Amino acid sequence: MAGPPFLCPDQSGRGSMDTKKTTFNNRLLPYLLLAPQLFITLVFFIWPAAQAVKSSFEREDPFGLSTAFVGLLHYQRLFEDPNYLDALSRTAVFAVSVTALSMLLGLAFAASVDRLVRSGKVYTTLLVWPYAVAPVVAGVLWWFLFNSSTGLMPFFLEKIGIDWDHDLNGTQAMILIIIAAAWKQVSYNFLFFLAGLQSVPQSLMEAAAIDGSGPVKRFFNISLPLLSPTTFFLFIINVNYTMFDTFPIVDATTVGGPAQATTTLVYKVYQDGYLGLNLGSSSAQSVLLMLIVMVLTFVQFRYVERRVQY
Amino acid sequence: MVENRPFLTFLTHAFLILGFAVVALPVYVAIIASTHDISTLMSGPVPLLPGSHFIENYTQILTSASAANGLPNYSHMALNSLIMALVITIGKIAISIISAFAIVYFRFPLRQLAFWIIFVTLMLPVEVRIMPTYKIVADLGMLNSWAGLTIPLIASATATFLFRQFFMTVPDEMLEAARVDGAGPMKFFRDILLPLSRTNIGALSVILFIYGWVQYLWPLLVTTDPGYYTLMMGMKRMVTVQDGVIQWQLVMAGSVLAMLPPILIVIFMQRLFIRGLTETEK
Repeated sequence: MAGPPFLCPDQSGRGSMDTKKTTFNNRLLPYLLLAPQLFITLVFFIWPAAQAVKSSFEREDPFGLSTAFVGLLHYQRLFEDPNYLDALSRTAVFAVSVTALSMLLGLAFAASVDRLVRSGKVYTTLLVWPYAVAPVVAGVLWWFLFNSSTGLMPFFLEKIGIDWDHDLNGTQAMILIIIAAAWKQVSYNFLFFLAGLQSVPQSLMEAAAIDGSGPVKRFFNISLPLLSPTTFFLFIINVNYTMFDTFPIVDATTVGGPAQATTTLVYKVYQDGYLGLNLGSSSAQSVLLMLIVMVLTFVQFRYVERRVQY
Repeated sequence: MVENRPFLTFLTHAFLILGFAVVALPVYVAIIASTHDISTLMSGPVPLLPGSHFIENYTQILTSASAANGLPNYSHMALNSLIMALVITIGKIAISIISAFAIVYFRFPLRQLAFWIIFVTLMLPVEVRIMPTYKIVADLGMLNSWAGLTIPLIASATATFLFRQFFMTVPDEMLEAARVDGAGPMKFFRDILLPLSRTNIGALSVILFIYGWVQYLWPLLVTTDPGYYTLMMGMKRMVTVQDGVIQWQLVMAGSVLAMLPPILIVIFMQRLFIRGLTETEK
């Protein structure tokens, strides 16, 4: 390794790859320190991902004795399969609904708490805990609330003429998982919006107030534009959450039904691969999902630097 | 506040109280339902006031109820959840802090590559690689074992980034002073970096404990032996009744118990929790 013996001056400029200006110069030690993390990542992340890519181009005979290269066949089939295309658009609807609902509520709560000086802390405590509820528990709680024989909601909905049965009605099943997924995520968005609002310079607000703008106008003309990096960041995070972390909600309540109405992309990978043992198709679906996460992650990191700079 | 607007303040309070009521509704109903017997629950919408079966239901769930579903004892599953959450928390923090130390305080060939390999874990959540990961764990003989349940979840890019971020803010003079005193890298790590990282470790622990506690898909894939079931697995089995009635009063008692530990942690360690949340998810 080249470089002066003890003190290595930092020549790299600023960026994610910085080290200290001064570094230790042991040769073996850094590799030992990185070994556990790298080992787990290689064995349980990169290797399986590579396997998924590989088997998405292959077909295994029914006995698993031989495999044949089939090129893009699995991908082609997926995009001709109405079930997959439905799952794709359904997941988009699900992700956008959960994101919109939980972000709007989170922002409304944050803007309200931000107005209150002394009692704000109390309300924060009252609103943060749903983050800690497991998705599977959140799903079961809302499922129970909307359950057609025991639930509170169908009882009230019936009074206004809505016949609720998420075991038969696909749209209602979708609404159920949207509510359960959004409920869990509101506290997260609330905390980030609150942090964003609290870093809006007070002097700006005062100046606007002296110029005669009221609180509502100030919110839309000053706070909201300044929050746009937070909003963008939360949008990505929430789409990511809805696509991947909501598996337990679906699995414990609707199990993808009725008639596939709540089968999201992730749930379909699980159904086709783990339950249906259709390796090729499941792998192709995995690869497509990986591409989606990669795009989301890169977009997120690209903009993250600008996130909390006011 | 910039100016005093009593009516707007009143509206703000009203909105937040209403908001809290809506947010708390499912949990309130769960607590209420866990104090009634099944015939009360089945005969119409859930009552809004507590019933008299609180002790009975919770005793039943803690002692015998889960056996009916072929599940281990509830406290056994709770212990499994606790072990899993703790191993994941400690494991993630341990391997992340030493990798961040390596990346920040050493320069070595392939450092950039190591950084990218760690970064990749962000892009490959277990949900997108279900089958191949399952297969590897099966090939390694790690199905139905603590190792299989926890080790694949221990790699963490976010924790590594957090520690890296924090180490970059530690003044260089610390390192120079340590070196003048003849301290080697591990002594510097143990005696200076580790104590300085206390708050970060605390904040991260809260987030990671919750992460470990609520894990669902991974245990579902790798454990078929009920002896390894966690509370989250138990939830699923209790509501998957082929024929017959879901024992809602027990499901709700189980839900209340399963969400209590992480909720208490968030409420009582709120400052660490918020810090951990807003600083890790960058």
